[in-house]
Amino acid sequence: MSNVSLDAHDSSGTENQPQDTGRRRFLTVATSVVGGVGVVGAAVPFIGSWNPSVKAKAAGADVEADISKIQPGQQITVIWRSKPVWIVRRTPELLASLASIEDQLKDPNSEQEQQPVFAQNRYRSLKDEYLVLVGICTHLGCSPKHLKDGAFEEYVEGVPEGFFCPCHGSKFDMAGRVFQNVPAPLNLVVPPYKYVDDNTLLIGSSEGDA
Amino acid sequence: MRKLVFLLSMLLPISVLASSGEVHLDHADYDLTDKASLQKGAQLFNNYCLGCHQMQYQRYQRAFEDLGIPLDVGQANLQFTGTKPGDHILNAMPAESAAKWFGAPPPDLTLVARVRGADWIYTYLRSFYADDSRPFGVNNVVFPEVGMPHVLQELQGLPTKTTEKHMVDGELVDRYVGIKSDGKGYMTPDEYDEAVLDLVNYLVYTGEPSRLESEAIGRYVLLFLLVLLVLVYLLKKEYWRDVH
Amino acid sequence: MWKNLMDWIEYRLPIMRVANMHAIQYPAPRNMNFWYMFGFLATIVLVNQIVTGIWLTMSYNPTSEGAFASVEYIMRDVDYGWLLRYMHSTGASAFFIVVYMHMFRGMIYGSYQKPRELLWLFGMFIYIALMAEAFMGYVLPWGQMSYWGAQVIVSLFSAIPVIGQDLVVWIQGDYVISGATLNRFFALHVIALPLVIVILVFLHIVALHEVGSNNPDGTDVKRKKGSLKEEEKTKFKIHEYYTSKYDIIDDVVPFFPHIVLKDLIGFSVFLIVFCYIMFFNPGMGGYFLEHPNFEIANPLKTPAHIFPVWYFTPFYAILKAVPDKLGGVIAMFAAIIALVLLPWFDRGKVKSWRYRCGFHRWNLLIFAAVFIFLGYLGGTPQANWKIVASQILTIMYFAFFFLLFMYSKNEKCKLVPARITE
Repeated sequence: MSNVSLDAHDSSGTENQPQDTGRRRFLTVATSVVGGVGVVGAAVPFIGSWNPSVKAKAAGADVEADISKIQPGQQITVIWRSKPVWIVRRTPELLASLASIEDQLKDPNSEQEQQPVFAQNRYRSLKDEYLVLVGICTHLGCSPKHLKDGAFEEYVEGVPEGFFCPCHGSKFDMAGRVFQNVPAPLNLVVPPYKYVDDNTLLIGSSEGDA
Repeated sequence: MRKLVFLLSMLLPISVLASSGEVHLDHADYDLTDKASLQKGAQLFNNYCLGCHQMQYQRYQRAFEDLGIPLDVGQANLQFTGTKPGDHILNAMPAESAAKWFGAPPPDLTLVARVRGADWIYTYLRSFYADDSRPFGVNNVVFPEVGMPHVLQELQGLPTKTTEKHMVDGELVDRYVGIKSDGKGYMTPDEYDEAVLDLVNYLVYTGEPSRLESEAIGRYVLLFLLVLLVLVYLLKKEYWRDVH
Repeated sequence: MWKNLMDWIEYRLPIMRVANMHAIQYPAPRNMNFWYMFGFLATIVLVNQIVTGIWLTMSYNPTSEGAFASVEYIMRDVDYGWLLRYMHSTGASAFFIVVYMHMFRGMIYGSYQKPRELLWLFGMFIYIALMAEAFMGYVLPWGQMSYWGAQVIVSLFSAIPVIGQDLVVWIQGDYVISGATLNRFFALHVIALPLVIVILVFLHIVALHEVGSNNPDGTDVKRKKGSLKEEEKTKFKIHEYYTSKYDIIDDVVPFFPHIVLKDLIGFSVFLIVFCYIMFFNPGMGGYFLEHPNFEIANPLKTPAHIFPVWYFTPFYAILKAVPDKLGGVIAMFAAIIALVLLPWFDRGKVKSWRYRCGFHRWNLLIFAAVFIFLGYLGGTPQANWKIVASQILTIMYFAFFFLLFMYSKNEKCKLVPARITE
């Protein structure tokens, strides 16, 4: 295989050649490196063009949600990047109950990165009252159901309200935190969002983003 | 020498033939790096053109980014209410009724600078003149029988065609020398030319939004290739010393 | 470890043997000058066209409703889409520039003569397939020139007696150029013709390596086995596939690294020109991307002037020169067929124009000038003097082949040197 190398014919010894292998090697390496940089540079547009296009980004742009008409205890759904995003207005009683069930949860303190930094708290939200979640189960991508007024007790004793995934029975509390002994491995995702004003949420970007 | 004169006189009809029928176009000295001019152009387009002509391939947000317009400023001043920044620059006019009003649907203007050229648009927008025989009362030197009104009239005033008498083959003939405004517009002729140039600049930009990026990348690529050429040349010389 | 793996593979698949035979230890005449880089460049451009083409296909929409908008989508919304598109559109013109240079090289150095007739034929088939490929590709953006260019070219077939009109409808799949036409041209452009071209290029290279490369002297570097003394043979390592059949004279270099490095210089210069055009002036003043093609196809409005893209204009001028529809079509195709049959028009035994009669040199140079001037006439607006000019030039075009056929029989040539001169 040695004849693959650049110095293939050296062994056959051409006459009167003033060999300067140092210079030759340097130029070979330099040209190869620069050529390699060129190949990498040429690959940039091909790789870059696979990113979401402006069209896809425009379709996945931030979504505004009017929260002024949500009654306490009520949930609305908005579509962000073709995914359902839930906004729930939690009652003070519900918020108070969240602390009591933490021993039944997998990740009560939201240590896994399933939420922006601002939501790494018990209520997993910016303002305690409003819960914002991506409504996609972290198990296999079904959309869980919001069960309330005691309907959730059928699945978790003593807990009247929560999210239940009909596909494989995963259960989440009213902060989107996953219960133990269910297929879903992680808490529900909190999308980045911010308050434009007291009545309007912007889903898709958070305060630090720009 | 006589032969040469003869040859030239043979060529003469050809060059006359080549130039006849074509209106002389003024050179549009636009500058894609002049963001202020582009912004003014965008404003003019939205105020005077967008009512009838769309830019169905250009998105607001892309224009804001490339023209250095902050998003909130752009949304407040350049967008219709209810449109998103990612939307294309469209108007609400249905194509069928537009065709009825103007005889043909007003063409999309995203790419007009690539179709017609900057010089053509620059000259065209400065070549309307009063002509009572036309439905909108104006005609155009560059685009005879034009189907659109002179929408920039409030800026330019009503222009009229001026001609001079010239002797051609022993006959006195009117020759077009330019247009002259009645002076009732907001702008002086120089300001008007400047405004049209801004508009042309913007249209050139929308025709090819990647132009400046392309040239910026291109400079680095060419520099890189020069380095590569030198190296490859030296390497080739080195190996070809074996030969002979 | 590495060597064992390579040996394991080599035993089952002769990668290195083939690489050595065709890309490394292939004997190439050492006097191959810059005219010889265009084959290499054509290969590079072919790869560029295939790769950028695949990437464009990812975002292109081959319907009459969506095609034009999807091209603008590529130009604006896809990251680097404009660059991929310009690489492809500039590459199309570059392909023809490179191929025309490659063909002219073959003509001046007699690379089509015995024993390279089949090599020339494969080359011409590539050229014809390339013209079909380029034509169909030009339809895809669905601009005004796409539409009306397709209209004109497809209508050529209507000149065929009896079946012409039906044939046109059959090609279009509709009574006009329509979405159906666009769809089938898309299929042919992205799959069928590239496949044909790649296979033809493979055959072109196999045929070349079987008979060996010609050179500017037209002197053969292969001699009868056993006819050369040891010191007259090349000292470079040449694959035994060649040395077992012939004695290779000391006028060759191995393809790698010598020829490859030489070609890489040409490649670098080519890239500089190519990138300059692509980044700074991809439309080339309307020659690479025609202005009316930035307007969406409109079956009710013909552009003021319809020209094919520059690389077709010489043949277009011949078409227009003949004042008869069928005659024009015949003349145009005859012009291409004459080129295909060049090896049989030339009855000479001496290859390179260096050693042929002065008349031959003038004939070649005038032919090149005629071809370029025909291109100018076919690509500029109609004028009366141009009709006469294109008629004269059409006659001159065919006269090249006729004259060649006449004088090459008993041509007075110079003595061809036994060894390469430079």
